Amino acid sequence: MDEPQIYARLTDIFHDVFDDDSIVVTPALAATNMDGWDSLGHIRLMLTVEKAFRIRFSTTEISRLEKVGDLVEMIRTRT
Amino acid sequence: MNRLYAELQWLPRPPKDYPERLKSLGSSTGPLGNELRALASNGLDLNQLTRLANAIGRLRADGKSLSPLIPFRLAVLSNSTIDMMVPALVASSARHGVALEVIQPSYDQVAQEALKPDSKVNSSRPDAVLFSLDYRGLPLKLSFGDREAASTTVQGALDYLKTLRDGIKSVSNAICIFQTLAPPPETLFGSLDLGLPGTMRNLISGINCELAAFVLGSGDVLLDVAALAETVGLADWHNPNLWNMAKLAFSDELIPIYTDHVARTIAAIRGKSRKVLVLDLDDTIWGGVIGDDGIEGIRVAEGDAVGEAHRAVQRQALDLRQRGIVLAVSSKNTDEIARAPFEKHPEMLLKLEHIAVFQANWNDKATNLKAIAEELSLGLDSMVFLDDNPAERGLVRSLVPEVAVPELPEDPAYYARTLAAAGYFEAVAFAPEDLKRAAFYQDNAKRANLQKQAGGVDAYLASLDMTISFQPFDTTGRARIVQLINKSNQYNLTTRRYTNPEVRAAEEDPGIFTLQVRLEDIFGDNGMISVVICRPANAGVWDIDTWLMSCRVLGRKVEHMVLREILEHARKAGIRKLTGTYLPTGRNEIVANHYAGLGFVKVDEDVFGTTRWELLVEGANPELAPMKVVSQGFEVAQ
Repeated sequence: MDEPQIYARLTDIFHDVFDDDSIVVTPALAATNMDGWDSLGHIRLMLTVEKAFRIRFSTTEISRLEKVGDLVEMIRTRT
Repeated sequence: MNRLYAELQWLPRPPKDYPERLKSLGSSTGPLGNELRALASNGLDLNQLTRLANAIGRLRADGKSLSPLIPFRLAVLSNSTIDMMVPALVASSARHGVALEVIQPSYDQVAQEALKPDSKVNSSRPDAVLFSLDYRGLPLKLSFGDREAASTTVQGALDYLKTLRDGIKSVSNAICIFQTLAPPPETLFGSLDLGLPGTMRNLISGINCELAAFVLGSGDVLLDVAALAETVGLADWHNPNLWNMAKLAFSDELIPIYTDHVARTIAAIRGKSRKVLVLDLDDTIWGGVIGDDGIEGIRVAEGDAVGEAHRAVQRQALDLRQRGIVLAVSSKNTDEIARAPFEKHPEMLLKLEHIAVFQANWNDKATNLKAIAEELSLGLDSMVFLDDNPAERGLVRSLVPEVAVPELPEDPAYYARTLAAAGYFEAVAFAPEDLKRAAFYQDNAKRANLQKQAGGVDAYLASLDMTISFQPFDTTGRARIVQLINKSNQYNLTTRRYTNPEVRAAEEDPGIFTLQVRLEDIFGDNGMISVVICRPANAGVWDIDTWLMSCRVLGRKVEHMVLREILEHARKAGIRKLTGTYLPTGRNEIVANHYAGLGFVKVDEDVFGTTRWELLVEGANPELAPMKVVSQGFEVAQ
């Protein structure tokens, strides 16, 4: 799957998980600069991504991941 | 992950515009309970449930009325993280008619909250307290092979729960909801664990038994989480990763089914469980169509896989009736034909005496369900309607949204399981009088007389997004045409049977006008649903030799559209007049007024009830139904 496709699907996922259809998903978007991306939101996000892309993240990966750019890279290498 | 349970497959999938509909809630002015309940009555995943709960939160903050949802305050005490679950609880409760407010103390403060009179939970005066504890929240000491120590541990766990209960009860009358424990899938000795005193599985099994017995006597309520977890699978239920990372007691994917179980329990506490099961007949409680296949042809026998699937539905209905659920029938059929299997078929488990209201007629089912509710003096919101036909389910959902209508899978083997999984008839207590309830309603019910027509059917038909396709007979369609000609009994004007060579002859004769009709709608392709043969009679006249239709698409105004198509070709062929015949057979009473309804004029009637009809082509303009028309394969008329 190429990057534009991944960003398109991630945008829907962010809107759904954080209940905010105005979120613009960019590589720099991160828990530290987005309202509502708290620890439980993070887990819900990662679980939704796992389901949507049919991949699995390890506990370490979930806890280390900080920004969208890294997430996209992880998805890209596994799909 | 078992999708029936994890995805709540008895509920329809959420509409495409679900987020927009959530947003538009804010701009409405009236009470929003019904709209919220409708949105909640879809198979929502955790994110969708959360969005609905957020919307409910915003409406509350704006002071909007959630009527007619019943307010309920639930405190949740847990040894796990429930933040992710709370929004799902609120949304699932709306599905069951409840406006839920959740009181959520800080993480893992179970004993403090229950025991201190001025704790957050106790001072908030909840209607009920849910002890959402798993095996990690109880003092369980393993003691392999030591019966006495094991029994002390089980008693200790029970005493702890009772102490919590006493803490709550000393301050308020809140109902206590206890959960059984889902055993972890990991065993120690293997199969020996269950019987060997002091293993985890042995202790949990002991606690669950004792707890169930205690609750039955104390007037509290049990939520059998162990049964739910076993049903979906313990290995899917317990998710070590999520426990380690976030202290979630079970898999996130099973939050929707768990919260639905909590919500149906709350609805049951408030007396909102369903009380009536309305059954469709053809392809629901037996396989096949009684009007076409006859009493020998329907499948309901032991030893036949299809028959056994439908028998299982009957058995479940009978068991439900025995515990006090009222049974009714709503079927598109001629009354006597529909009753015949109940009276004469030796393999039928259900008999007429079990059915409180029996509605077999040709009205739409929304009208029938209203009549059944009226006849029983019960609300529409106490009814469940079981039907294999997605179009009937859609119609009922759109016209009488109060009625619960489970989606059914393709395979009838899963009908009974799906109905049970939906949990419509959840009860929190058992009273011997319940057993007499079905008989009580039955005594009161007279046979409802249905002459009313429901409003809103046209709007529903338009929403079906139907496409009707017309073609002359051809080689590809011939096998199905022959089958329909030889099988259709009910919607069949003349019931003339033709063999394959005879149909082929009609197909190849340029003087004969033939039609095969297919219908597609949002539920899928219904396949070939109607067949017409017009033979040339006197000059400028077509005689309608054969006109039949599948009863599955009854009430869609297909016959009007078929007539429009015939007229169009008739005009091109220079035909002035159509003639038609109704030949009564004892099974096709339903089409006695077919031609009258289409604007034909009766010109003859004989002593056997055979009627002759005609229609002048010029000026004929049958009703246009809301469907797209595709006409293909016709030669230019000679």
